[in-house]
Amino acid sequence: MTTVAVDVKTLVIDGQNVSARAGQTILEVARENSIDIPTLCHLDGLSDVGACRLCVVEIKGNNKLLPACVATVEEGMEVTTTTERLTKHRRTILELLFAERNHICSVCVSNGHCELQSLAQSQGLTHVRLPYRNPQLAVDASHERFTIDHNRCILCTRCVRVCAEIEGAHVWDVMGRGIDSMIISDLHEEWGKSSCTRCGKCVQVCPTGALFDKSKIGSDHPKYPDFLPYLNLMREAQ
Amino acid sequence: MSKLKLATVWLDGCSGCHMSFLDMDERLIELADFVDVVYSPIVDTKEFPDEVDIALVEGAVASVDDERKIRKIRAHSKMLIAMGDCAVAGNVPSMRNPFGPQAILDRAYFENADLQQQIPCVVVPQLLKVVRPIHEFVKVDVFLPGCPPSADTFHTALTALITGAPLDIPALTRFGA
Repeated sequence: MTTVAVDVKTLVIDGQNVSARAGQTILEVARENSIDIPTLCHLDGLSDVGACRLCVVEIKGNNKLLPACVATVEEGMEVTTTTERLTKHRRTILELLFAERNHICSVCVSNGHCELQSLAQSQGLTHVRLPYRNPQLAVDASHERFTIDHNRCILCTRCVRVCAEIEGAHVWDVMGRGIDSMIISDLHEEWGKSSCTRCGKCVQVCPTGALFDKSKIGSDHPKYPDFLPYLNLMREAQ
Repeated sequence: MSKLKLATVWLDGCSGCHMSFLDMDERLIELADFVDVVYSPIVDTKEFPDEVDIALVEGAVASVDDERKIRKIRAHSKMLIAMGDCAVAGNVPSMRNPFGPQAILDRAYFENADLQQQIPCVVVPQLLKVVRPIHEFVKVDVFLPGCPPSADTFHTALTALITGAPLDIPALTRFGA
């Protein structure tokens, strides 16, 4: 009989004693224990990049806020997921996202199914205190089946990751830096002329109306990203 | 108890918020026990009164006239409520912002006009360069997002504001609702 040594860490999240395996992220452990931490760029089944910072948490004895999606658990850690300070930061992040591009929920293909929109509601955001930037951005409808509307893009990079990690095509990437960053296909070519395999995974994982199916314009357009963990599981089993 | 003075105003919006307000239907009659509508697109008063208790403002600020109005409304209202996404966030009227007012005037009065192509310059107010939500001009006390906020949202929010009961707006409505 063989035994496998599991390195177990015990820690406290929101006053609750929990145990975890070494190497697990705070987010994983919190969700296993039904503790909700808001996320936006994280998606089960994709690698984590810690880009949106919505999942920041407080750690006792540490002045820095840590992104729960990439911070791993440590023995004796005391994590707090909801404080006035965190709520303030999360709201500000959402306000920055809304102000940065043109998010007009009422006329968006994802109205009612958008993660940015529902996060605004769950985080108690009723208005944006920052002036809107109103940039002039392109809509690329050159693809036969799908459209990318950069006005709605929040640069979460889920599309980039799903295309590279799951589909293996790596059509999407990020061009430019900071506020000028843009999602591009191939080396900044029209999506319709790119090496896209037409699988549509990027559309399903996009949290907003930035990527959408042309056949869904003017109708209900929920996204179904739940296939990812199953797909990974089936691949691992092979 | 004397009735509260309620005003409703229509800036750059589609009137959908007012329609939704009217969708309170028979609940408007209950509401009339607590408020007098002293100014509104649906009453005859032409000038915004000097003293208003609650002002519900629909629409974004898009013209010099809107800006003059919102400053006057603020000066004469105890409580100012941004009603709907245009007032709260700019919404559809703000979709012209990336292009500027000249581009849309050209589109409407030249490109799409067959006769008498000219940009109106008398009577109609001059457009502002950028359409903005009302809180970028004046202090707003309550934000009611939604396109439009539902009649239930109006009823719950107004009832709470009139009676002083606690009001949880994100539980009622959201952007684009």
